[in-house]
Amino acid sequence: MAENFEQHSDISAADLARLTQEAQAEATPSTAKIIWSEFKADKPAMAALIIIVGFILFVMIGALFINTPKMMETNIMGYFNQPFTADFWLGADSAGRSVAKQLIVGSRNSIGIAIGLTVISSTFGICWGLISGYFNGYIDWGMQRIYDFMMMLPMTMMIIVLVTIIPHYNSVTLTFIFSIFYWEGTSRLIRSRTLAESEKDYVAASKASGTSHWKIIFREIMPNISSLIIVDCTLSFAENIGVETGLSYLGFGLPSQTPSLGTMIANANDPNNITQYWWTWLPAALEIIILCLSISYVGQVLRRAADSSQRQGSVN
Amino acid sequence: MWKTILRRFLIMIPEVIVLSILVFLLAKAMPGDPFTGSINPKADPAQIHHLMKINGLYDPWYQQYWNWVVHLFHGNLGNSYQYQEPVTRLIGGRAANTLWLALFTMILTYAFALPMGVYAGRHEGKLPDTIIRVYTYVTYCIPFFVILVIGIWIFGYVLGWFPTTGSISSDATGWLHTFGSRFYHILLPGLLGALFGTVNIVQYLRSEVIDSKHSDYVRTARSKGVPSKDIYRHHIFRNSLLPIAAFAGYSITGLLNGSIFTETVFSYPGMGLLFVNSISYRDYTVITALVLIYGILNLIGTLLSDIILSIVDPRIRIQ
Repeated sequence: MAENFEQHSDISAADLARLTQEAQAEATPSTAKIIWSEFKADKPAMAALIIIVGFILFVMIGALFINTPKMMETNIMGYFNQPFTADFWLGADSAGRSVAKQLIVGSRNSIGIAIGLTVISSTFGICWGLISGYFNGYIDWGMQRIYDFMMMLPMTMMIIVLVTIIPHYNSVTLTFIFSIFYWEGTSRLIRSRTLAESEKDYVAASKASGTSHWKIIFREIMPNISSLIIVDCTLSFAENIGVETGLSYLGFGLPSQTPSLGTMIANANDPNNITQYWWTWLPAALEIIILCLSISYVGQVLRRAADSSQRQGSVN
Repeated sequence: MWKTILRRFLIMIPEVIVLSILVFLLAKAMPGDPFTGSINPKADPAQIHHLMKINGLYDPWYQQYWNWVVHLFHGNLGNSYQYQEPVTRLIGGRAANTLWLALFTMILTYAFALPMGVYAGRHEGKLPDTIIRVYTYVTYCIPFFVILVIGIWIFGYVLGWFPTTGSISSDATGWLHTFGSRFYHILLPGLLGALFGTVNIVQYLRSEVIDSKHSDYVRTARSKGVPSKDIYRHHIFRNSLLPIAAFAGYSITGLLNGSIFTETVFSYPGMGLLFVNSISYRDYTVITALVLIYGILNLIGTLLSDIILSIVDPRIRIQ
């Protein structure tokens, strides 16, 4: 191409290269670049990001080296072992099981479910919001009524009822049950943005030139609201950690033989445990707090990156 | 205006019908049958068969649903198998506890959130605003049940300032003492709920105040020489009060859904704890009734908020 071009114009190859470079520098920076510069400008956000990524990697890899059935065996010698000893870094619970190991496996399970829930419910919510917002009229009206109905359902109760009806469930079934009820927030947000977006000129132009609806929705509108989607996914990830742990805390989430941050906090339901044996539940509670705060903080930074008027970092 | 309210109401009816069908089918799908609790192991299977037949448990589901709805309108929700008493009486005894707690939490939430919202809006971008924003952000992110557990640990057990179980102490006698004891029991859950549930109201009020700071009526008031304090207190705050009041409906819904956690942590005998206990005993007449009640309360809460909001803001009225 370049040689071809040279034959018909008098711009030299060096000039062409320089012009290309200038054009690239002046073009809108990519989303990834904006986000990265935003993190570089905000040191606490960088710390939060490192905490999250490091911690998730640590528990995911660490849990591979722990034999869960063996860990969950009752060990009478370790009955409420004190924390900060050589065998039990964080002490042991009433069955003599190491709190530190349970914490690692439990975090893996809880974070895994939260990630799964975020992926499934966000995908569904995004599609729902895009379709509902793009097709005005009867489709939107019908979808809105279904949305209203879902909003009316007492979510926690419905999940608990479903969990009791299903005879054998594991973390995958559980993730799907949660997903049935947790797509509304995303869909509402995406719908309102899609409504605004589909009135813009580029959509009208695309329609006029005969582009199919699906291509307009998923190849044209969706990329334009991608920053919103990234922010929303991060923030719902932070919320979803609370969903599974909350239900496991009540005793309707993961079965008791599968450690989860929620079942560990449920140790606090015993009046003796809560004061005397604080190490059985407090680390899990603190971990949830730190994790949720860091994830939402990262979400806030992403939100700032998505809104050009609030950015703190400079690209270049 | 009335048309909007009427429309909103008409939309509600099919929703309630679908909810009742859903709840009924879910109850049918639960393991066990209504006689599991009331029959001893020596009962004759033929006898159970006969009882099931009399009570219409072999009818097709729509027939059974119809019977259930007819009973529902007669105020008969069946008997609880665990407690062996009518569900209406059982829930009636617990509902007051839950509603008092929710109401108290809501009043406290407004008491904390209103000054914070106005203050943050007034000092936009300055230190108090930043502090309030960080505060609402932190309280919003942390899952509420973790706060409850840590709260009851610190204030209930370690410091011993508040009771940790029940809704009233056993030795409470006399009107004043009873009231005091009840109040003492809802104080900690109410405070925690209010301190950690301010985010929506604060954020809304803050942006409302910031918007109206530059509006014409505020400029007029300023040029008249009204003191800045009075402008915020009387002009801006009063104008934002109605949409803020609309949040009450949504916040009641949120509080009711949170009541399952609050009541479990504080062993507070309300509807949420009743639900959790009924689930463990598979007491499904109670479960059905509670899911239905919570669903309808959710609906009424949202309806109230929507109506108030549509009075305030004509743009969101349903066409």
